[in-house]
Amino acid sequence: MIAAPRFRPRLTAEDWRNLRTALPFIAPWIIGFLAFTLYPIFYSLYLSFTHYSGFGDATPAGLENYQHMVTDSLFWQSLGNTLYYTALAVPIGVVVAIALALMMNQNLREVAFYRAAFYVPSILPLFALTFIFIVLLNPGFGLVDYLLGLVGLPAVNWLGDARWTKISIVLLAQLGAGGPALIFLASLRAVPIELYEAARLEGAGPLRRFWRITLPLITPVILFDLIYGTILGVQIFTPAFVLAGGTSGGGAYTTGPENSLLFYVYYLYKNAFQYSDMGYASAMAWVLFIMSVVLSFAIMRWSRYWVHYEGA
Amino acid sequence: MTVAREVSTTPTLDLTRRKAPSPAPRFRIPQTLPARVGLIIAAALFLLPFYWMANSALKDIHELSSIPPTLYPHAPAWDNFVSAVTYIPFGTFLTNSVILTVGVTVGSAISNPLIAYGFSRIKWPGRDLVFGLVMASIFLPFPVLIVALFDIFAKLQWVDTFLPIIVPAFFGNPFFIFLMRQYFLGLPMEISEQARIDGANEFQVFLFVILPLAKPAVAVVIIFAAVQAWGEFLTPLLFLQDESKYPLSIGLQFYRQSHDVSYNLLMAASTLIVLPIVALFLVFQRFFIQGVTAGSLKG
Repeated sequence: MIAAPRFRPRLTAEDWRNLRTALPFIAPWIIGFLAFTLYPIFYSLYLSFTHYSGFGDATPAGLENYQHMVTDSLFWQSLGNTLYYTALAVPIGVVVAIALALMMNQNLREVAFYRAAFYVPSILPLFALTFIFIVLLNPGFGLVDYLLGLVGLPAVNWLGDARWTKISIVLLAQLGAGGPALIFLASLRAVPIELYEAARLEGAGPLRRFWRITLPLITPVILFDLIYGTILGVQIFTPAFVLAGGTSGGGAYTTGPENSLLFYVYYLYKNAFQYSDMGYASAMAWVLFIMSVVLSFAIMRWSRYWVHYEGA
Repeated sequence: MTVAREVSTTPTLDLTRRKAPSPAPRFRIPQTLPARVGLIIAAALFLLPFYWMANSALKDIHELSSIPPTLYPHAPAWDNFVSAVTYIPFGTFLTNSVILTVGVTVGSAISNPLIAYGFSRIKWPGRDLVFGLVMASIFLPFPVLIVALFDIFAKLQWVDTFLPIIVPAFFGNPFFIFLMRQYFLGLPMEISEQARIDGANEFQVFLFVILPLAKPAVAVVIIFAAVQAWGEFLTPLLFLQDESKYPLSIGLQFYRQSHDVSYNLLMAASTLIVLPIVALFLVFQRFFIQGVTAGSLKG
């Protein structure tokens, strides 16, 4: 038996007073967190062990929903689509953002213009950007295939060919690179200029200075961007829903050629709101929850090999 | 919470220019040329979609279907904008979008400063631990919650009302809490001490002393909340069913559900949705940049 811990943090009268003072301020968050986050998480854990249509009572189902997942080919396809998208969009996004930041860090007079050009698309509504991409990538009146034709490249059926639909969304996601680029720019400007001067005196070229000074110093930002990007990546939904065309009538949601746009959350959504299988959708929600926790921790573990902590 | 700690050390954007390197004695290609060329190409790529949006929005249906596509509207069809807002109940959708945006923005402006104050200006045991939980919730994918939330809101009879979208905003958002907290921590504690000595209770200190000093941070929260609510797609899709309640994000799907998809009208409507955000950015540029670099805010 383990003895009860002898040390217990003793709260002084002042601690109690401060706690009482702070409580009304943070109460909204506590209530909101309990009502709109914690309770739903555990409620869906319960639902994931039931059959539930959204009406009437949930009936116990044991592990059936989880067992169904194993043999559900659409589940695996949606998972594959999502990981494929995330594995492409997130690293490309980090590289694009760093590239933009490096170029903007060159103290050009007109940098405010570039900053606006890169940043504004990242705050525009995603559904509107998706509409624009539908027109931009159209084989007939789209600009992209026209430009490809000008330089002698074959036209691509971006939204009609299962090999290209996800690539289209990866491209669309790059319009969001302006936000992270500004964060990278801020971290580039925080790099002490003396480091560069010292390196230059020792004869290090620009490429070497980038690999040895700039990159290590911005690795904490890269880590944050990778984790947050991955969390956003696995919940990709809106562009796929809009690109695929929403409902095709009769309440069925279309998922692109050969289900190539059936992403994980889209399939979860379909299960819940098209097939009224809330139990199965809840099980998918929990798998998504665990998957995102595992991915975050995996990236964090991996980052020990490459993140440079100042003073560490 | 290593990650949370990293965010908090994200430096703020230093807009002052570094000293230019001393000019080389003989003529050579300026060092900044590659960056400038790269930036011009990148800016062109980022702006092309919007050029094409405007171009397509101004073509009539015949010009839109001409192959190869015309690079500028030869006969600008300005009345596309009129058609775009009459083809679907645009006014209704716009009204709903505005109500949702205002509701979410008001909720965010009230709740986040209040919560952030409790996490920064009062020292209570366990504060930083609980704040770690706030930051951790950033990494929870929202879709994990949608099934349960839908069922909860259905039982509350909130489905098909604006409540499921607006009410949660009154309970704070981790990004905004973080942003406000950073700002509050930067204000000297002596200000609060002085006010307390003068007999103010904590809420009075918050409302009359600290909050007025934090106006720039509140502005950032308001702007980002508005931008986010304006573009919100998943929650209205989930919780609104009657067409008369749809905001623009969901209502615009109607252009594509008729037999002849009017892409020029869709682009005209997209232009109308994009423009307010562009205008907002041009007016409040400073706040946007501050917001991004302080809290790494993303949609």
